[in-house]
Formats: sequence, structure tokens, C-alpha cells
Amino acid sequence: MKAADLTTAVVLFLLGSVVLVDALRLGIGWGTDGPKSGFFPFWLAVVMMAACVVIATQAVRGATGAAFVTREQAAPVLKVLAPAVALVVAMQFVGLYVASALYIALYMRWIGRHPWWQVVTLAVGIPLVTFIIFERWFLVPMPKGPLETWLGF
Amino acid sequence: MGFEDLLLGFHVAITPYNLMVAVLGIALGTVIGVLPGLGGANGVAILLPLTFTMPPTSAIILLTSIYWGALFGGAITSVLFNIPGEPWSVATTFDGYPLARQGQGGQALTAAFTSSCVGAFFSIVLITFFAPVLAEIALKFGPPEFFAIQLLTFSSFVGLGGGNPLKSVVSILVGFILAAVGLDIVTGQLRMTFGSTELMKGFDFIVAVIGLFGIGEILLTVEEGLRFQGAQTGMKLRVVLDTWKILPRYWRTFVRGSFIGFWMGFKPGGATPASFMSYAFAKRFSRHPERFGKGELEGIVAPETAAHAAGVAAMLPMITLGIPGSPTAAVMLGGLIIWGLQPGPMLFKENPEFVWGLIASMYTGNIIGVVMVLAFVPFFAAILRIPFAILTPVIVVVCAVGAYAVHSAMIDIWYMLLFGVVGYVFKKLDYPLAPLVLALVLGDLAENALRQSLIMSQGSLAIFFTRPIAAAITAVAIFFFVLPVVTPWWRSRRGGAPAPRSV
Repeated sequence: MKAADLTTAVVLFLLGSVVLVDALRLGIGWGTDGPKSGFFPFWLAVVMMAACVVIATQAVRGATGAAFVTREQAAPVLKVLAPAVALVVAMQFVGLYVASALYIALYMRWIGRHPWWQVVTLAVGIPLVTFIIFERWFLVPMPKGPLETWLGF
Repeated sequence: MGFEDLLLGFHVAITPYNLMVAVLGIALGTVIGVLPGLGGANGVAILLPLTFTMPPTSAIILLTSIYWGALFGGAITSVLFNIPGEPWSVATTFDGYPLARQGQGGQALTAAFTSSCVGAFFSIVLITFFAPVLAEIALKFGPPEFFAIQLLTFSSFVGLGGGNPLKSVVSILVGFILAAVGLDIVTGQLRMTFGSTELMKGFDFIVAVIGLFGIGEILLTVEEGLRFQGAQTGMKLRVVLDTWKILPRYWRTFVRGSFIGFWMGFKPGGATPASFMSYAFAKRFSRHPERFGKGELEGIVAPETAAHAAGVAAMLPMITLGIPGSPTAAVMLGGLIIWGLQPGPMLFKENPEFVWGLIASMYTGNIIGVVMVLAFVPFFAAILRIPFAILTPVIVVVCAVGAYAVHSAMIDIWYMLLFGVVGYVFKKLDYPLAPLVLALVLGDLAENALRQSLIMSQGSLAIFFTRPIAAAITAVAIFFFVLPVVTPWWRSRRGGAPAPRSV
């Protein structure tokens, strides 16, 4: 927990310093018509960096032994995160509907070991319902791929 | 305040179309509230794009109905599964789950829903009377007053939020910094974009809400291992009627809970402390405090009344000042802007049918809500029995759809994943997420209010102390900011042992 707390504080401190540098570029003082663009971000960055330093000190001093994640906890988290990333990558190529169908199918089969009839029903059914609700009823377009083009949408 | 105004509102809210919208919203909201990983805020965020083509009044009725539904849904999971769907339902599990285990689930749920309805009603009545008055006062506000209110909003997270106040501060600042990314509309300069065209568009808070609360919550849920141990419940009309016969006994708890809820609720982040405070009071004043935690009906009435009174009260600053009191209200505020309405006091003048339609729909929505959840509890509870390997991918897909729909931008889905990981890490390290979201929403407003104030005063901060209303609000804000510093010092001076953090 301590290491994670410290790392987060350091990352946020670095984020603050990036903001600080950009604010200085924009100017933090008084312009022709009021405060310059960098004025507000500058003070945000300064306070944030200061707060991060204190949080980091607290983290170093207060030693809590508990781990941020145990091995048993990390596995299921990664099992959710990794396929989700794969889903988003796949969306760029085959569109949201096909990617979702593949994702739901793979997840149900791989993690849940559900019978094939359930897998096929839901993997086809859920993207189809989404399609009808968003594209047909509410006219909100989703990313589409070769399949939809082939079907004429 | 005119009685005719409210009548006008009912005229709008009771059209068949809007009633249908309310029923649909409550059903969806309850499902959203029951599902792990979906709560009021991101449920509303995901469904927001669907309202773009609706008339604004129907759209806000849909969103608020989803919100009421999600509040009810949270009570179902707390009582039957010991899983608080939202932080403010935590106190409901203390006595709700033991009751359900003793086979009194129906009684517990009836008490929870009825208390929610009573608490909500109390706040709605107060909103009906106070909102127009507050809006009238707010019309006289200038930039310094608005900035002072923003300051008060964020100071209450720091001073009253519990946990590490510095982490609340950092959360707020991260939100403000993300809000500042992109085009500065005052000077026309690009800020923190570093030459990237994707960053020019900035970060949309709806995407952040979906990521932080949706994906982040799922990651947390799977980590804890998903084994639901649900108590069975049969909801019979006789159980409901019998419970209603008992409930009037707790009228004191109802009144106390409603007042605590409303008072805490119109300040941000108020619902959770309100529910715990109400529970603590009920226990202290009870003749049988030893029964609390083992299945005392009053232990459900107290937190539920307060939580819903607070949840409704959070709408008051949103419609009168344009400053949301909770992440869900923030998403609704975003909706208002997208529908082409200017949030804030002018709404009462320019769009009375919208405001009063919304207020009237709070009355109808809560009545419809109670009837619906009482009737369909077994159905909603069955949702949690859907296997996890089906729920997870479906929720992730729904989140992705919602994130994309906001701007039809692929990058938003990546941001959603990123915010999901941030949400997971922040939640584990006790960085509160609600202030981050509110800061992201209010960032531009707050900055503009600050700049305009400084322009008015030629750059002197004294303007926040010389105008009477601004000075009073700023003083309270500063008090909240220093509260976490002062409290430990005060305690050690009095020589008492450090009191446990009031949860």
C-alpha cells in the first residue's frame, strides 16, 4: 500500500510539474484584459505539487503493511482489464458491434464456460439490441466496420 | 412562488408521454442501481446521448427518474445481498441484511422504500418553496459570489468528506487541471495540449464518469471476488400492509432523518454523511440501542430517509445556481447545456415549464417509483443472480457505447479505459472520486468566475471579502478548508483522546 501511495503521489507531482511548465509558457501574470491563460493552471499546479509532497511524506512515515493488490486479487482484475483493452483495439478495425459480439462470446466461454447456445444467443443478441436502440430508435451512430458496410449501413 | 407554477408543472409532468418516460426511467434506473459497476451517475451518463433528440423536459424527467430508480435499486442490493450499491446505502446494510437473513426481507424492503419516499417527499416540498426564492436571490449574484459558492462546494468535500483532506484537495485539483486542457475560450490560447489535436478537445466529464464509476467499479468488484449470498424474498401485499402499520411508530426518526438529509444534502457529498448521522441519532435516541445492527427496523428507516432527502436536496443548487451537488446532478447539468438550456437562476424566468415540470415530476416519479419497486422486487433481485461472466462483458460494452456516443469519438473509449484504471487506483488509495468529477464539470465556470472577479477588482483578492454575500460564503468556505487542520489541534488541546473518525 505504501509503495502504491508513494508512486501515485510522485506521478501526480510530475503531472503537476508538467502543468506548471505549460502555465509558465502561457504566462501567469496580468495580461491586457485580465489574468493570462496560465494564471489559474499555475496555482492549481503549485497547490497540487505541495499536497503531493505532504502525501508522499505521510506515506513514507505511516507504514501500513497491507499490499496494494495480492496475487489472488490481481488475476481477476487483469482478466477483466486485458479483454477490455482487446475489445477497444478490435473496435478500430471491425466496428463496435462485431467487436462486442466477439468480446462477449470469448468472455462467456473463456471465463464463464457457459454452454455454446447461451454464448451464441447473447453474443449476437446484445449487439443486435444495441444496434436497434442506438442506430434505429435514437439515431446515435456507433463505429462500424466492414460487416456493416457489406450489409449496407 | 406561486401555486399556479406547480400546477403548470403537473400539467407538463402528467402527460401520458412524460409518465411513460418516468416509468421507463425508474425501471432502467432500478436495474442500473442493482447491477454492480453501474450506479446513478454513470447510468445517467451512459443514457444521456439517448435524450439528445427528446424535448428537454421529457429528457430531464427520464434522467431524474433513472436517478430515483438507482437510489431504490441500491436499497435492494443492500438489504438482500449485503452489497451497498452506493456509499450512502452502507448504513442500510447494518440492519437490512440481518433482517433479510431472518426471513424479514419483505418487511425490510418495504421499510426502506417507504422511508426513501418520505425523505424524498420532504425535500421536494422544501425545494418547491425554496427554489424560487433562492433563484431570486441568485439573480443578484455576480462573479465573486459565484466563485465563493464554488469555493464552498469544494471546501465541504475537504472539510466534511472524512478521510485524508489532502487527498480530497488533490482530487479536486486533478479535476480542475483536466478541465483546463484544451482551448482557453477567454484568450483563445491552447493549454496543455502539447501539439496534440486529440488533446485540443479536452476531457469530457461524461466519459470520465463512465470510466471512473463504471469500469473502475467493476475492477474493484471482481477483486473482492464475486460471490453473492443473496437472501430470498417473497414480496406479499400483506407484508407491505403490516409494515406500513408499524412504520408510523418511527415518526420521530422520519422527521429527524428528513431534516438531516435536507440540511446535509444541498452541500456536495452530503448524502453519505447524512445517512450515517441519521443512523447514529436514531441509535442514540432509541429505547433499545442494543437491537441496532441485529435487525432493527428503525435502523433502516433512519439512513434511508436521510439518504433520499439528501439525494433530492442535491438538485436544489443545480436548478437554482447551476452548481450540482452530486456527480449525478453534474451529469444532468451537462445534459441541460447540451439541450440548449442555460443552467442557473435564469431558468425560472426563461423556462418555467422546464423547471416546474421537473419539480412536479419529482412528486410523480417518487410515487411511481415506490409502487414499481414494491411490485417488482423479485424481478430486480433476480438480476444479481445473472452469472458474472455474462454481466461483466455486457456492462463493459454498455459503458463503451455510452462513452463513444457523447462525441462519436474513438479516443473517448480509450479515455474511458484510462479513467477506469485511475478510478480503481484512486478508490483503493482513498482519493475521493466525486470531487474530481465535480471539478471537471465546474472547472471552466469556476475559472471564469475567478477571472471576471479579478478583472472587476483590478487583480485584488479582497473582492471576495468586501462584498457582503461573497464575504459570508467565502468565510464559511475557509472555515471548512481549515477544519481538518484545526480539529486535531483542538482535540489535543482539550486533552481528550483522539476521537475515532466519525464514519
